[in-house]
Amino acid sequence: MSLQPILELKNVHSGYGSIKALKGLSLRVMPGEIVAIIGANGAGKSTTLMTICGIVKAEKGEIYYNGQLINTVSPEKLPTLGLCQVPEGRRIFPRLTVMENLRLGAFYRNDTDQIMEDIQHSYKMFPILGERKNQQGGTLSGGEQQMLAIARALMTKPKLLLLDEPSLGLAPIIVKQIFDIIARINKEEGTTILLVEQNANLALQAASRGYVVETGEITLEDEAQSLLNNPKIRKAYLGE
Amino acid sequence: MIQEFKKVWKHYTIGILWLLGLLWPLMGIHPDGTLTFQKTVTVWSYILAGSFVCLMIYVMKAGDALKFIATPASRIAGNIRTFATALPTWVWISATLIFALAYPQFAGRYGTDVAITVLFYICLGLGLNVVVGLAGMLDLGYIAFYGVGAYTYAILNITYGLAFWVCLPLSALTACIAGCIVGYPTLRMRGDYLAIVTLGFGEIIRIILNNWMSLTNGPNGILGINPIGIYIPIFENGFTFEHIWVKKLQFFYYFALALVIVAVIAVHRLNFSRVGRAWESIREDETAAELMGVNTFIYKLLAYAMGAVFAGVAGAFFAARMKFVSPESFTFLESAMVLCMVVLGGMGSIPGIILGVIALIALPEIFREFQSYRMLIFGATMIIMMLFRPAGLIPAKRMGTRSEEKEG
Repeated sequence: MSLQPILELKNVHSGYGSIKALKGLSLRVMPGEIVAIIGANGAGKSTTLMTICGIVKAEKGEIYYNGQLINTVSPEKLPTLGLCQVPEGRRIFPRLTVMENLRLGAFYRNDTDQIMEDIQHSYKMFPILGERKNQQGGTLSGGEQQMLAIARALMTKPKLLLLDEPSLGLAPIIVKQIFDIIARINKEEGTTILLVEQNANLALQAASRGYVVETGEITLEDEAQSLLNNPKIRKAYLGE
Repeated sequence: MIQEFKKVWKHYTIGILWLLGLLWPLMGIHPDGTLTFQKTVTVWSYILAGSFVCLMIYVMKAGDALKFIATPASRIAGNIRTFATALPTWVWISATLIFALAYPQFAGRYGTDVAITVLFYICLGLGLNVVVGLAGMLDLGYIAFYGVGAYTYAILNITYGLAFWVCLPLSALTACIAGCIVGYPTLRMRGDYLAIVTLGFGEIIRIILNNWMSLTNGPNGILGINPIGIYIPIFENGFTFEHIWVKKLQFFYYFALALVIVAVIAVHRLNFSRVGRAWESIREDETAAELMGVNTFIYKLLAYAMGAVFAGVAGAFFAARMKFVSPESFTFLESAMVLCMVVLGGMGSIPGIILGVIALIALPEIFREFQSYRMLIFGATMIIMMLFRPAGLIPAKRMGTRSEEKEG
């Protein structure tokens, strides 16, 4: 493991107009880790990811990816650098087929043969997508759509994958499948994962480290296991 | 059956009374201040009788009383449908092509004239389809680029005497530049806002054409534009070329047909390309497309400019056909018309657009005998079509077909 963090946020401020969502948020992700960001509704979790991707512009502070300042890099360049997000609510392309969705993940790549191989690879990883490759994305179930969104992001060959609420609105058994897949991606492909979750229990079990966000700031940072055992966290986020 | 009737009679009565209320001011109030009822009631009673028959048929159908007709009818319809889908696409394409090629031979002057208009609108519809159907941007000022193309040819031809074939790419280029100029500031908007801004820009271009007297001759338009000129080889005494003007309508028809064939092939290729996929992703979800590495702004601008190119080329042909251009040909109504054709035919589907254009151009022509009522019939037909086929006459085919490409 190299000593340089793959992603580092330093004192980042951002927001929507007069509403400030992030007020000096700092965090770092080392290569190969799974890091979870947990927090309540409206704490700024999704905004953090959107700010990293440049969809929401950072007003202050620095965002480094692999040592490169990416504040001013436009969002569509990031996949070429190996940074990709699975946005909240999946946001697959509903009227395009599964296959086309996957091909859009590989949009910036030109190596058609390799893309086709990768699509076959994702069908192996998500067999259900292979069965439904000619179906429109919008006709898939919620869990399948989430898998499609993850598969689509993997098509960009990310080094760092940002996942926003992968468990949103899914049945517990599907959630478990999704988290198994996340762990597999991390282990087999060596992809670093930054995970945002409301379901703190699940997220912290999957992650190696965790951050707690409250009103746009990091209030706590620790190993995932110790966060799980932290009585304050248990009370606030695990409902005990 | 009685039960079915009970369900609908209330709506029917309200509807027919509402129609009476609508008809009377239109037909019964005269400009000299007199009020009559006779004519209104007569017309209304015809409509009443006609619609009552329709209602009874509907009720009987809902009550299964028409089974003896409906069952065989639906079987025949089903057979036709399976037959139609069983035929490979190339059969359809070649049949259409043969029909299109043979058409002027038996259509006569008037028929050919209408057909040329249809071909122009097909080209426009295909161009607008790139913007609206593929990239999902509602463009209400599209006809302006048609005007830019037409005026480019008109002005270059009149002032510099440039030939049609030289001006054709120039028309495409100026339309493209106009598209970029309009698109650059407007494409940052989405949805309704974009529609309003494009509407405004369309009008601006028309008003410029109307007021720039020194260049465009204002509302008087430009007269005396040369038709298409071609060289044909003559073998009589040696091998020489003779220059002729394409003045005959039948002859011109084939040029317009060639234009449409090129446009269809171009749109088809675009649709199946990487660019087409990028456009569709933008239509589906702009943020997600951006996250996947699609430069949304550039691709939106490209779609807009591409649509403008189609319109510009069609415009040059239009100017060559009419030998006259004036700003009146490029009003908002035309934009709305083209948009109607695209939506009615089926956004994103090439055969759908062709059918939509034919329906919207041919219908008013067929109903010409009804005089002032033809627009009413036209409107009613559109409402009915949208009710029964909301995705268009021939909806864009999605599932399966496109994904088969190059699969390993």
